[in-house]
Amino acid sequence: MSATNGDYYLPDPSPWPLVASLGLFALAGGFVMLVNDVSVAPWVMLAGALIIAFMMFGWFGVVVLESEAGKYNAHVDISFRMGMMWFIFSEVMFFAGFFGALFYLRNLAVPWLAETDLLWMGYDGGWPTAGPMGAELIAADTPVTTAGQFSTIGAWGIPIWNTLILLASSVTVTIAHWELKKNNRTGLIIWLLITVVLGFLFLYLQGYEYAHAYADLGLTLGTGVYGATFFMLTGFHGFHVTIGAIILAVILIRCIRGHFKPDHHFGFEAAAWYWHFVDTVWVGLFIFVYVV
Amino acid sequence: MSAAHTDAHDHHHDHRPSGIMRWLTTTNHKDIGTMYLIFSLTMFFVGGIMALAIRAELFQPGLQVVNPELFNSLTTMHALIMIFGAIMPGFVGFANWLIPMMIGAPDMALPRMNNWSFWILPFAFAMLLGSLFTVGGGPASGWTLYAPLSVQGGAGVDMTILSIHMMGISSVLGAINIVVTIMNMRAPGMDLMKMPLFVWTWLITAFLLIAAMPVLAGAVTMLLTDRHFGTAFFDPAGGGDPVLFQHIFWFFGHPEVYILILPAFGIVSQIVPTFSRKPLFGYDSMVFATAGIAFLSFIVWAHHMFTVGMPLAGELFFMYATMLIAVPTGVKVFNWVATMWRGSITFETPMLFALAVVFLFTIGGLSGLMLAIVPADFQYHDTYFVVAHFHYVLFAGSIMSMMGAAYYWLPKWTGRMYSERLGKTHFWLTTIFFNVTFFPQHFLGLAGMPRRIPDYALEFTEFNVISSIGAFGLGLAQLLFVYIIIQAVRGKNKKATAQVWEGADGLEWTVESPPPYHTFATPPTVK
Repeated sequence: MSATNGDYYLPDPSPWPLVASLGLFALAGGFVMLVNDVSVAPWVMLAGALIIAFMMFGWFGVVVLESEAGKYNAHVDISFRMGMMWFIFSEVMFFAGFFGALFYLRNLAVPWLAETDLLWMGYDGGWPTAGPMGAELIAADTPVTTAGQFSTIGAWGIPIWNTLILLASSVTVTIAHWELKKNNRTGLIIWLLITVVLGFLFLYLQGYEYAHAYADLGLTLGTGVYGATFFMLTGFHGFHVTIGAIILAVILIRCIRGHFKPDHHFGFEAAAWYWHFVDTVWVGLFIFVYVV
Repeated sequence: MSAAHTDAHDHHHDHRPSGIMRWLTTTNHKDIGTMYLIFSLTMFFVGGIMALAIRAELFQPGLQVVNPELFNSLTTMHALIMIFGAIMPGFVGFANWLIPMMIGAPDMALPRMNNWSFWILPFAFAMLLGSLFTVGGGPASGWTLYAPLSVQGGAGVDMTILSIHMMGISSVLGAINIVVTIMNMRAPGMDLMKMPLFVWTWLITAFLLIAAMPVLAGAVTMLLTDRHFGTAFFDPAGGGDPVLFQHIFWFFGHPEVYILILPAFGIVSQIVPTFSRKPLFGYDSMVFATAGIAFLSFIVWAHHMFTVGMPLAGELFFMYATMLIAVPTGVKVFNWVATMWRGSITFETPMLFALAVVFLFTIGGLSGLMLAIVPADFQYHDTYFVVAHFHYVLFAGSIMSMMGAAYYWLPKWTGRMYSERLGKTHFWLTTIFFNVTFFPQHFLGLAGMPRRIPDYALEFTEFNVISSIGAFGLGLAQLLFVYIIIQAVRGKNKKATAQVWEGADGLEWTVESPPPYHTFATPPTVK
């Protein structure tokens, strides 16, 4: 029942953007309450999350139906492609901010702090560092000149395996794409399933590492600038992998249900692009956070 | 949603619900543009009332109207609301209304996302304004939210941070929509180098938004984790550095100031040729100058932080890079003047505003050049000279360009002319009171009056009195603006023709005034 203007599909008025804004508001408001110890915070956040989940089912459901009904022609398809491309660029800039913080702290701020004798005499900088006061000591508010005791996660244990897992998953999702183009549905589903499994395997190993860091290595979010940059960079990456894996899982379900055609499958490609993006960020992380 | 009805002058079925649901669920670029503009005007008055509270306090030395904590909150909120609530949504409103009409598109490329970009904003600003009513009050660190000041403070600061996240989502989604619309929705024959300059400046602005807003999101996220999750990004005890916040913030902040001014350049480049009855002089150089400014905006950020302590090489690099911006900006000012050269000029209200923008923005640009010089900046930094500088570029540049744009396109949108006599009155009141308000602040700053302080030494009294009187005049004059808009919208005035202005050129002037709900159902032909 929509106005088809020329050949470009224009959607009817939709309630979903407003629902999305409401959900976002509840989630953000609940988060503010949470960090300020308001007792109802978890319930407000839960409500926000449920509204957003409801919105996603509704909004994406409409989009999937429109797509399967053939309303998206090549012209619309280009809009989606460009939109996804620029969205990924914005994500790149988000990570760039955290990488910038890492480079600045490691190469400038910490050496400057070590050079000056005005603040903490005898602090000798270096990397990794928990800073002049270390984690536990910041909490206790006791200044000393030695860094807090902690160990880092070596690059050649689980991280190198995780690198191989993610790189392999980028390959498998590409193979799945080729199978889709050849209209080989069985191959498509198998290779996509392998990709999703690899994604969740990565997340499992990353969770295992985090538990290990907190329990055995003394490495936490509060371990000075090393802990802050380590967990924020890998944490936001892990969050993006989680989103990417869920997206791929949804795409897998759609493939099983027979969605997508060899020449019309932007939803699949967008998910694959996103997956390549989180993979690329991980390579940067592996080099600059773990190896160097 | 089945309550569809068809207007007499609508050529197509547009299934739109009536009443409030039309606005809540709309996917139409004109409806969404209207909502953006109304939102922007509302925020302009909210932020303006805060500015008047600040000027009332500064009317005389000593503390009389507000306490210092609230004063700090007011300066912070005034800036956040004017930047994120008034100027940015205002320009997005013009983009929504005009870009599809200017490039011959039926609508924006991603209409549902367009609606979402808008509807995030009322929620985000409800949260930001709500922070004023929390224990500990609103954010009081200045809009730049510098650590460690912003690491202190109560729940109000957290609400500010989360509201900035929401505004960021809105801006990035809106910018993506604009880029995609311009790149993918142009009518056949509308080559990139034939696009109206307003479209060009918005294309580049949207790129800046997509590149800069996520960096701000990262900065305030680090702030949030420093506040509540024990990270030490900005705490030297953990190896961090408060200056890191300033670097990340201004890596966003400097592109941001061009986000706030490039669409204004586009508007002036539309208005000046119309009333000079000549094509824009140096179209290509305008496009390249805009791109040049955008590129330079990413390598000059530390000129906001000359006094924090930086290696000498850094100070010199950022000084020279900043001064380079004067070159493309000078190209623009030259082109506007050259467009008028030997033109057949008339001075309707939009032209008056455009000329004031050219003249007053140039003053602000020149004081910006003074601030770019490191040794001079050591004296000017954090004084009222800076306040005067950025109000010349933001009020006289961005806000007054939008006022000019409102007069220029209002007849097209409403189908009715505004009152020219009242429009000119509004122009002169605004321009005169603007200068009365902000010109004396140059002298105050050079004499050493610091910004963001509710009290001052006796020697600064006279100029502050003048500035406060000007501010109240400026504020009251804007009520006239609202009256003129309402008068034009209510449709009692003279009917507007399709072209509206004798010298107007472009696709939006080829459709009737007001334009049909869906404009270019079939793409127009562009010669």
